[in-house]
Amino acid sequence: MTVSAAPRRKLRFQIRPIAAICLAVVLFWAAVALFAPLLVHYPVGDMVSYDYFGPMSKEYWLGTDYLGRDIYSRLIVGARYTIGIAFVGLILAALIGVTLGLLAAAFGGVFDTILSRAIDTFVGIPNLLLALVIVAGGGSSIPILIGAITIIFFPGCYRFTRSMAVNVNALDFISVARARGEGNFYVMIHEILPNIVGPIMADLGLRFVHIILLLSGLSFLGLGVQPPNADWGAMVRENMIGISYGSPAVVVPSLALASLALAINLLIDNLPQRIRDQLE
Amino acid sequence: MNKRILEMIGGRLAVAILSLFLVSLAVFFITELLPGDTAQELLGQAVTTEAAAQLRETLGLDRPAILRYFEWVFGLLTGDLGYSHVSDRPVASLVAERLPNSLTLAAITMAITIPLALGLGIFAAIWKGSIFDRAISSVAIMLVSFPEFMIATLLVMWLSVYLQWLPALSFIPATADFRTIVLAFIMPVSVLVFGSCSQMIRLSRAAIADAMATPYVEMAMLKGASRSRMVLRHALPNSVAPIVNSVALSMSGLLGGVIIVETVFNYPGLAKLMVDGVTTRDMPLIQTCSMIFCGFYLVLITAADIIAILSNPRLR
Repeated sequence: MTVSAAPRRKLRFQIRPIAAICLAVVLFWAAVALFAPLLVHYPVGDMVSYDYFGPMSKEYWLGTDYLGRDIYSRLIVGARYTIGIAFVGLILAALIGVTLGLLAAAFGGVFDTILSRAIDTFVGIPNLLLALVIVAGGGSSIPILIGAITIIFFPGCYRFTRSMAVNVNALDFISVARARGEGNFYVMIHEILPNIVGPIMADLGLRFVHIILLLSGLSFLGLGVQPPNADWGAMVRENMIGISYGSPAVVVPSLALASLALAINLLIDNLPQRIRDQLE
Repeated sequence: MNKRILEMIGGRLAVAILSLFLVSLAVFFITELLPGDTAQELLGQAVTTEAAAQLRETLGLDRPAILRYFEWVFGLLTGDLGYSHVSDRPVASLVAERLPNSLTLAAITMAITIPLALGLGIFAAIWKGSIFDRAISSVAIMLVSFPEFMIATLLVMWLSVYLQWLPALSFIPATADFRTIVLAFIMPVSVLVFGSCSQMIRLSRAAIADAMATPYVEMAMLKGASRSRMVLRHALPNSVAPIVNSVALSMSGLLGGVIIVETVFNYPGLAKLMVDGVTTRDMPLIQTCSMIFCGFYLVLITAADIIAILSNPRLR
């Protein structure tokens, strides 16, 4: 008897133009964050011009800020802070949340109940408030900011993963796997996870937007990334007085933030219907 | 009202009290992560090890944290909100000055947001797929992506600096006439409405759309009911629970918005007080403000759950 290879799976969906544009924007900012040191014109803290809130020029592409620093360079490095801190926080929150969610679904019973109840406590504290409390207690260093993001966002990852995993756990092929003697960990990783990984990625994308908005909000309050470094939120804060001059120093970082957040949200909104159905 | 409903409501209230207790533990011990900071902060430049130790003893900071936690909770329960060493005043008097301002801001915002967002969400669901629906959904996804401080700064740039129609700060003198007060509120309230309505629009539209896919709505359609009758008479009453939940959940976002907006417009509210407290490391103030905010938030979530239980026709 000959066994022929299964026919190669084809992508069964079309890529919408708007999704392609959004993906390009996201990849653009990711590349900027990744290669920031190669792209800057001046060191971030250097006051390069005597012209405060200077206009856009050949020398200073996006003008200068309230201390006469190059906004273009600060924007590029700001991308690194905003995206980098948010990304590391997201990965940690996802590692903890998804693992615990899978464990809760696979083991079930008392373990699930206690874990779910304990994690529900965090939902009783609004996000930005919890961030304020953590920063008040631990200071505004970058590890504390990453820790705060992890603590604030892992409960959501947990709840989402658990609810998806519980649904899959009730299906026949899981019973078959258990009947042939597979353990909980095997079921978790080889049977449940592959079936829910798409929606989880989409959910993490939405969470990433919440994280960058929260982080930049915190920096805008002066409690996030500290001077002389700045992420996009801190750049808006420090240049607030430039509003009355209509300076690009306030608008540019806001637009950068909005473009990234909007691109991710629209990208996920235009995902293939198959994944979006599972999301809802 | 039957026994089962009362039991469910009782259970919900018990969960709320338990969460408030756990939240108080979290708030207290997170803010106590770095011990002795209050003493060092108060002494500022003049800090020496001995002076800090002395001050810590005077303030009672050298005693075990668990003991101070119970004193603090007991104080909160008996109306003693603690003492702010940074501003040298009881926290209660600071809070009493600011809390009404924040509540006014939040109440005006909710009074505008809830009818507006639910109305838009419901109409988008009635005319699902129409241009109106697509326009509303696009606007909602844009607002969800924009940080409040960006909407706030752009509004200030446009309305205060460029057009000079509205004041950039929301400081209201005691002698202000009605017109001044209204003008001062327009921008902060608009930012909060923009920030909090998008989530509510999306969730209420989705809740109605879910209910529209059920057999009883199909039955109504087969009977020849109009589209608006199907939505208002059949789908809406069954979507009360998820809609009320979406309103309660967006209160978390509203609180975040209030924190940003009070800072941008220098509005003398409780959130601004707390942000200033974080900058000066005024722990008693931060702890009490957090508990007040969490208390309000839990009351709203619990109220939403109870409304959801009461609105479920299968339980009547």
